[in-house]
Amino acid sequence: MSNTAIEEQDYDRDLKVDIGIWKRLFRYVLSNKRACVLSVVTNMVIALIDIAYPLMSRYAIDNFIGKGTTQGILPFILLYFVLITAQAFGVYSFVAQAGRIEMNVSFDIRQQAFKKLQELSFSFYDKTAVGYLMARMVSDVGRLSELLSWGFVDLLWASTYVVGVMIAMLLLNWKLALLALVVIPPLAVISLYFKKRILQYQRKVRKTNSRITGAFNEGIMGAVTTKTLVREKANYGEFSELSGTMRQASVKAAVWSAIFMPIVMFLGSIGTGIALYKGGVDVMIGAIGFGTLSAFVSYTMNFFEPIQQLAGILAELQSAQASAERVIGLIDTPLEIVDSPEVVEKYGDNFHPKRENWEPITGEVEFEHVDFSYKEGECVLCDFSLHVKPGENIALVGETGAGKSTIVNLVCRFYEPTSGRVLIDGRDYRERSQLWLQAGLGYVLQTPHLFSGTIRDNIVYGRKDATEQEIREAAQMVRAEEFILRQERGYDTEVGEGGARLSTGEKQLISFARVILANPRIFVLDEATSSVDTETEQLIQEAITKVLRGRTSFIVAHRLSTIRSADRILVIRGGRITEQGTHRELLKLRGYYYNLYTTQFREEASGAILDEKAIEN
Amino acid sequence: MQDRKEKKYRKINWKLAGSLMKGNGRYILFSALALAVAVVAAYCGPLIVSFTVDYVIGDKASNLPAFVMRAVENLGGREFLRGNLWVCAAALVSFTLVNGYATYLRRRYIAVASEGFAMEMRNRLYHHLQAVPYDYHKHASTGDLVQRCTSDVDTVRRFMANQLMEILRTVFMVSAACYIMFSLDVTMSLISMVLLPVLGVFSFVYFGMVKEQFRLSDEAEGKLSSTLQENLTGVRVVRAFGQEKSELDKFTACNEDFRNKTYKLIRLFGGYFGSSDFVGYTQIAITLLTGVAFAVKGRLTLGEVMVFTTYVAMLTWPVRQLGRVLADLGKATVSLGRVEEILAVPEETEPGTAGRPVIKGEIEFRGVCFGYDAYDDVLSDISFTAKPGQTIAILGSTGSGKTSLVQLLQRLYLCTAGEILVDGVNINDIERGYLRSHIGIVLQEPFLYSRTIKDNIGIVRPDAMAEDIHAAAKIASVHEVINGFEAGYDTIVGERGVTLSGGQKQRVAIARMLMQNAPIIIFDDSMSAVDTETDAAIRNALRERRVNTTTFIISHRITTLCEADKILVLEHGRLVQQGTHAELVAREGLYRRIARIQNALEEDLAKELGAQGGE
Repeated sequence: MSNTAIEEQDYDRDLKVDIGIWKRLFRYVLSNKRACVLSVVTNMVIALIDIAYPLMSRYAIDNFIGKGTTQGILPFILLYFVLITAQAFGVYSFVAQAGRIEMNVSFDIRQQAFKKLQELSFSFYDKTAVGYLMARMVSDVGRLSELLSWGFVDLLWASTYVVGVMIAMLLLNWKLALLALVVIPPLAVISLYFKKRILQYQRKVRKTNSRITGAFNEGIMGAVTTKTLVREKANYGEFSELSGTMRQASVKAAVWSAIFMPIVMFLGSIGTGIALYKGGVDVMIGAIGFGTLSAFVSYTMNFFEPIQQLAGILAELQSAQASAERVIGLIDTPLEIVDSPEVVEKYGDNFHPKRENWEPITGEVEFEHVDFSYKEGECVLCDFSLHVKPGENIALVGETGAGKSTIVNLVCRFYEPTSGRVLIDGRDYRERSQLWLQAGLGYVLQTPHLFSGTIRDNIVYGRKDATEQEIREAAQMVRAEEFILRQERGYDTEVGEGGARLSTGEKQLISFARVILANPRIFVLDEATSSVDTETEQLIQEAITKVLRGRTSFIVAHRLSTIRSADRILVIRGGRITEQGTHRELLKLRGYYYNLYTTQFREEASGAILDEKAIEN
Repeated sequence: MQDRKEKKYRKINWKLAGSLMKGNGRYILFSALALAVAVVAAYCGPLIVSFTVDYVIGDKASNLPAFVMRAVENLGGREFLRGNLWVCAAALVSFTLVNGYATYLRRRYIAVASEGFAMEMRNRLYHHLQAVPYDYHKHASTGDLVQRCTSDVDTVRRFMANQLMEILRTVFMVSAACYIMFSLDVTMSLISMVLLPVLGVFSFVYFGMVKEQFRLSDEAEGKLSSTLQENLTGVRVVRAFGQEKSELDKFTACNEDFRNKTYKLIRLFGGYFGSSDFVGYTQIAITLLTGVAFAVKGRLTLGEVMVFTTYVAMLTWPVRQLGRVLADLGKATVSLGRVEEILAVPEETEPGTAGRPVIKGEIEFRGVCFGYDAYDDVLSDISFTAKPGQTIAILGSTGSGKTSLVQLLQRLYLCTAGEILVDGVNINDIERGYLRSHIGIVLQEPFLYSRTIKDNIGIVRPDAMAEDIHAAAKIASVHEVINGFEAGYDTIVGERGVTLSGGQKQRVAIARMLMQNAPIIIFDDSMSAVDTETDAAIRNALRERRVNTTTFIISHRITTLCEADKILVLEHGRLVQQGTHAELVAREGLYRRIARIQNALEEDLAKELGAQGGE
């Protein structure tokens, strides 16, 4: 979490533009060969047409108005409409190609990053907040692909236009051209400076804005606490200070961009002024025609647009540097748990498993002198050894942070031991693929996680080819069918995002049905502490008993009933097994387990009595 | 559904808009004035070019107004200008300067006005959301409210900042251009504007059409995000079932859908820009060609043709933006309506005389009834008394009304019948802020502000010394925990900081409440996530500290209950038993059953251990 916070700060600074990173990103643009070629062509065409318009006017002025005749106007009109039509198609194609590149770039980056996210180990997820990843995947990728694609086509257009205009002016009258072009260097420098400043101020505004959103969120979520603490006035004081800062920063950002355009326009008009003055004199002495003068005036009037666009792209690159680094960083994150090439050769990888080569799992699990630490020098498990027979039920009890979840995560190979081995069916699990183990594993979380979709989709999650009959049997076995059929559309009821339309208890039951259907040999349960009503509690306990039957299981247990019925209870304290045995054996020790049991007994019993009263209601 | 909802807000509430403007209205006026100056100055540029070409360089008559010509004559007329052509160039640059400065002022003033407006909206919303009754928050959705306070406010602000002046600018430009062009040549003017209405209508129709595609693209993006979010939060399930491949397929489908829909939207935009460019340039071409024809006939001068073409080019852009402006006006109106809906909720009121009597801690409930609606009583006919310094424990099942009872005392709700007296004064006659600051409460799921632990504990007493804060934390048995964090008391908690466990949060909230030094304190099941030993330690420390503090504790831990001076047993909103531990165990009822759990435990243990021994 703190990692994330530090990384976020990078967004406040202007980082140096790292060409290497942009080159890599630009490869995504170039992979759209057809669109790129079309863009180049289209942009040249549009820029040339843009340059041609003043020349057309010049021709009209000098040849028709100047000579006082309309002879030859018909081909002229035709050519004009050809240009306009070409321009219309050109503009369409310009936008369409840029859009195609933008969408393909974001598609490709997201696709690649998503694959990476499916392979990254849990140590990565422990350190990285989901919100952080979402921001990278959604807004950063969006911003980069927009900048890369539109920046690319704008760059093409602006540079073609600038070069083309210069050539046109130099060809028309090189002396006048050189004079009028004097304004370009200051125009470029000033544009770049302003664009950078404007982006900086806009960033400050965005940052303040996210603080305002945070303040509203807090104000609304903490409304009751604020009332009970009588903090209304103080909170409002703090908030109005923040919204005052926001106003100030926004006005400042607006003022900077408001100054920018006039200055650019002013510089541009100096160019026009020079053209008018010098060109006017030239017309009077007959050195150039009226048409040339008019073309010069038009060119100088339109010059600032492409120049400031070029400056804008440069400034944007700099300001998007942090986004670029984060996204590339995500794609480049090294994998901590990898299957060796030989293993992949035989068992396949995560996306292309070779199931035909998989040996069936019997469910024998052994920890052999396993050490494990999340951070160097800090041992969570030390010299941990444990042998579990196929079909044995193990309950793990102990305080938060004692190492129970670590043991479970090691069994699942969500982590690998720092030293020592974990054997499944007598062989080190690193000799087989991750998917081989995980596909033979059932896992139910403390807070059950469902995916949006129907109830049926969720039950078949682990075995997509299950028949209707099997699905129903699984649901019946954990007695979930009763509530499922009560739903409006039965098995086809949508559960909502994260299963939001179901209660916690219902979600639990569905996640049990999901495991039953997948029929794993090894089962892991991280039991919930959250309370559900007595009736559902009863159902869940029955479901647990059914799931456990005949499976090797590891349970991070909280309910007395689950603990009591385990074949073996392990008390884990400080990364070691301090007590182990059956319920009775451990009670007799009158140690940690005894205390835990008696406290828990009182809590559960009083809870049950009170719930009974609530149900009578 | 969405449409029907939006229709509700289709009218702008001018009274609200006006009151939110609060002193910023004049900036809009300034901005409009600056805009007018800028438009006039912008139009002068082409006139100068035309004047230079026709009058100075050429030898046509000038069509500038008489007073300008008089000034030109005074300078020395055509001859002077021909010799000093730089004067014309300088005039061009100066008008650009005026235009630039006025444009700058227009944008600056409108920024001041719109940001001021937005600030006033935000402040008012924030203030109001704190002032509405508790009941409103209980039923409102946080996400929806936050969205109204942020994106809706921003939609209105953006409209004011960008589009309001855009509308005015279009109107000014079109009328100024009409005035100048028509004064030059009526037929030519009509021909020069013949396609502009087409362009306006086209843009309007187009933005209506594109709205649907926008929605589709937005939805696809939302789907993409939520699929991704689900995958990331459910990463353990995905791995445990080995479903990486099917997840990738699901994501790919969403990613493709978003790409295709957005690409379609962008192509629609391409079509819009392409075709409106076509119409715009055709208009310019028509103007140019007609101008050429007229010039050849001698009806117009070269300079005048240049004026027409430049003006038409200047007009096409704002006209083709018209559709967008109107679409945004619709959005802004809806957003303002959604903000208004919040502001229309009545604030919490003072039902009585709002006095500030001395509070010692004597409390009496006299026949108190309460219900959220008229038909369903949550509490009925509750009567009891508590003397200063007494500890009152409340026991009851879920939904029996325990929490409502203490909330009534805090006046988060008002009694529907009966009265609550604090030191003999009806709480409805005590100012609510005063009352609440004399009653400390710790909720079951406490809320911590997103700031340091130190600031959270000391939040009601910003002047508190570090020692006071540490002392409070020690009583709440959380001092050691806090010191265990890397940054100690300076650790930031809440949304943007370290996540505390439920028990840790409860203890920090207890420390915070202790800082209030209130004569009455309430624990609303606020040690449920704390283990029994710590619970006992906290209660012992509290007992030493409080001398005359009246304490309410909601709990079902018998060790907590039996220490109380008085125990209230609630069932279905009725006070069924009250008395001391000794009195209540002597009687049949809920309390006795809870109290007997200890016996049940001993029986259970005897059975387990005894059976083992017997084997």
